[in-house]
Amino acid sequence: MDVQIEKLTKTYGPQTAVNNISFDVKTGEVLGFLGPNGAGKSTTMKMITGFIGIEKGDIRIGGKSVTDTNGDFKQHIGYLPENNPLYLDMPIMDYLEFCASLQGVEKAKINSRIREMIGVCGLDREKHKKIGELSKGYRQRVGLAQAMIHDPEILVLDEPTTGLDPNQIIEIRKLIRDLGKEKTVILSTHILPEVEATCDRILIINRGNIVADGTPETLRKQAQGNEVLKLQIEDGDTGNILESLNALDTVATAAIIGQEENLFEVQSMADTSSRRKIFDLCVEKKWVLTQLTPLETKLEDIFRNLTLN
Amino acid sequence: MYTILTIAKRELATFFDSLIAYIILGLFLGFSGFFTWLYGNDIFMVGQANLRVFFNIASWSLFFFIPAITMKMLAEERKTGTLELLLTKSVSDRQLILGKFLGSVLLVCIALLATLPYVLTVASIGNLDNGGTLCGYLGLFLLSIAYTAIGIFASSITTNQIVAFMTALFIGLFFQIIFGVLAQNLTGNMGYFFDTLDLQSHFESISRGVIDSKDLVYFLSITVLGLYLGEWSLSKRHIS
Repeated sequence: MDVQIEKLTKTYGPQTAVNNISFDVKTGEVLGFLGPNGAGKSTTMKMITGFIGIEKGDIRIGGKSVTDTNGDFKQHIGYLPENNPLYLDMPIMDYLEFCASLQGVEKAKINSRIREMIGVCGLDREKHKKIGELSKGYRQRVGLAQAMIHDPEILVLDEPTTGLDPNQIIEIRKLIRDLGKEKTVILSTHILPEVEATCDRILIINRGNIVADGTPETLRKQAQGNEVLKLQIEDGDTGNILESLNALDTVATAAIIGQEENLFEVQSMADTSSRRKIFDLCVEKKWVLTQLTPLETKLEDIFRNLTLN
Repeated sequence: MYTILTIAKRELATFFDSLIAYIILGLFLGFSGFFTWLYGNDIFMVGQANLRVFFNIASWSLFFFIPAITMKMLAEERKTGTLELLLTKSVSDRQLILGKFLGSVLLVCIALLATLPYVLTVASIGNLDNGGTLCGYLGLFLLSIAYTAIGIFASSITTNQIVAFMTALFIGLFFQIIFGVLAQNLTGNMGYFFDTLDLQSHFESISRGVIDSKDLVYFLSITVLGLYLGEWSLSKRHIS
């Protein structure tokens, strides 16, 4: 089921939380929603899940506007809110049963769904405890279990892996990836490696505006611009090497970054690569090229560039 | 309807899981039992086999205990954020309000059922007026749903349970006493107006055994209005 967001706007008094944003999420896509605190991620998620009203614009879920239907669309959405609110005085099993029946799961299927979710979320050992007795990580698992209990076509997860231990994080990421093959997943997070590990597409939002939209690779390419190489050359004089590097016609700038180890950083001209030229140069001068690493722009840098202004 | 029942069932289960139900039932029975059987102008002073004294006392104890039942209904959901969880499931604002209302009313009904031994006791002493007793219970039920609706509304406007409790008592106070006092002190149309608003006079006329459509309309209006205002106050989150 696709989610289409069209010119969505939401203001809180004088503050614009979400400013005229539009994007689509297709079935089988995991969308990572990134942004600094207060960027409008949660507000957008609250509007998608129908908790707060839409001020301007429209959200279509499976082609139908959420304002047309009388809340029927909520059945197709599984939502894990930020801070993971739960009824602490309820036992896990009762809570999942409650959620399942509210989401309209058939009575006959409720028990098997609960069993499945308890298995998937690794709650088997704790299943008879009250939610209030659980540690933070286990509560997070209960939150995920309630979001998925009715096998929704769309999953909206606001920071799904907070509080989980590293093993569980890997399991949950894998789970999200698997779910993302058939379902539509929108997840928000602050953890950038998580986005790379789980998402097909990244959407960076800052002060209510979308500032970047694309796969991790395309974002990197956009941000990177020119090729940057780090190289180490042995058996040569540092000054001599630097001179020769600068003389290459594809090199824009070359600089020494490690005097003793003969480490250099070379930036090429736009749309060119200096790798072959450097190799040829070394062969010609009988230098030994011990290291040649293309420097990738990290997602962190992209994020900082786009959101720090 | 199924959704409403699910929510009401959870409320009731939470009450009985967390001792609140037992404390409230105990206090209600203790309070009304004490004043009905032991203290002051009690049931033995009337000289008749009826439960008027009890109905009068119970109307007061319900006035105090219903806000204690309803105060956490929505205030706590708001505070812990579970309101977001509920309303993003297939639950409309109205279904949530009605579910909470039904859960509270069921608890009150359990409290009222627990007073059946009073009826049996009085019936064994003398010739009990069955119709009158039934009307008395009907009156208590109608009073309960009105106060529950007020309590739900009070709980919907705040995140603090104490504020919800005090607000419900404050609103209830007008219906329980103030309108009645005003009706006594004013004459003419104003007196009539406040007499119409006074809950006690409507309650007494029902518990006396007269079921008048005017009284039914009165109690049901308060209930519907309270629940409607509660729903309205929930829906305000969409525009803020």
